[in-house]
Amino acid sequence: MSRMAAVSSWMIPVLVFGILVYALIKKVPAYEAFVEGGKEGIRMAVSIIPFLVGMLAAIAVFRASGALDFFVGLLRPVLGWFGVPPEIVPLALVRPLSGNAALGITNDLTAAYGPDSFIGRLAAVLQGSTDTTFYILTVYFGAAGVKRMGYALKVGLLADVVNFIAAVIVVTLVFGRS
Amino acid sequence: MINFIWIGILLTGIVFAVFTGRMDQVTEALFDSAGEAVTLCISLLSVLVFWLGLMRIAQQSGLLKKLSGLCRPLVARLFPDVPPEHPAMGYMLSNMIANLFGLGNAATPMGIKAMEQLRELNGGSDSASRPMITFLALNNSSIELIPTSVIAIRILHDAASPADIAFPAVISTAAACMAALLLDRLFWARQKRKGRVRA
Repeated sequence: MSRMAAVSSWMIPVLVFGILVYALIKKVPAYEAFVEGGKEGIRMAVSIIPFLVGMLAAIAVFRASGALDFFVGLLRPVLGWFGVPPEIVPLALVRPLSGNAALGITNDLTAAYGPDSFIGRLAAVLQGSTDTTFYILTVYFGAAGVKRMGYALKVGLLADVVNFIAAVIVVTLVFGRS
Repeated sequence: MINFIWIGILLTGIVFAVFTGRMDQVTEALFDSAGEAVTLCISLLSVLVFWLGLMRIAQQSGLLKKLSGLCRPLVARLFPDVPPEHPAMGYMLSNMIANLFGLGNAATPMGIKAMEQLRELNGGSDSASRPMITFLALNNSSIELIPTSVIAIRILHDAASPADIAFPAVISTAAACMAALLLDRLFWARQKRKGRVRA
């Protein structure tokens, strides 16, 4: 683990080093290029704001009104038939909607059931194995100025379902159901 | 479609608030989350400026082109509609590599840049093109070797071996990734059959 962590903390400095050395060899005016590219970053960040405000507000209303809890309640017995612990359902539903909220739930579940329990591990795998679908689509399409997403959301959410099923199976196989 | 989903989420929330009596919380959530979104964009700002600046250097020095040449055979199959020489390829590749190593803040700017290039390739249209959807499908289930934030939580709660979930997570992601690619192909084929696609 410590070796893995070392690899990730070295990654970025090494990357920066490599890009700059290559620019030096190729005689690219690196500072000017950096500033030019950075300006583009400002424009992008500002253009994402309306997309994110719209999407995060909708999701926040959905959660605050109790609608999310209601749907979680509906799904519980259904998933129970398949041997999925009901405690995990809120996380599975929130994961595609909000990364921060999901991280909070993962933390709560880990604290409540222990990191080495079936639920604790399943929560960790769910949190670590997928990205926040709504956020990804909003930010990427928003920044590029694409307004009609086609079937992208459908593909993303269905893949999340597959991920959930795979996570339950893999955690059961690797760690057993204790 | 996103229109209906957005309206649907908001209206369902407000109607539910009528029955649960949580109108105050809903109002609060509306404005809190709007503020949160702006804060998020500001924190993205620094990351975007830094990485896009760096990527511009990589682009001008030809490093990006070299990188995309390296992995061309694999990626060209995933994106048959994107010319292998197109700059979008380089950005998509950098995004996937950054994701693989859990460098989320480096991955996002490159991914956005890739989307912009793909849009240009699509004639600047407002609609998502096929490579865009494939790219996001991959991105969303992108394989992360070291899920750092989760491992941090597990360390916090004294897990016996905090990183032992990394392997199951990779397997699970790989399954989702494959499913995403299959679904992407499937939906594409269906749309093509219906003749809703401009050549």
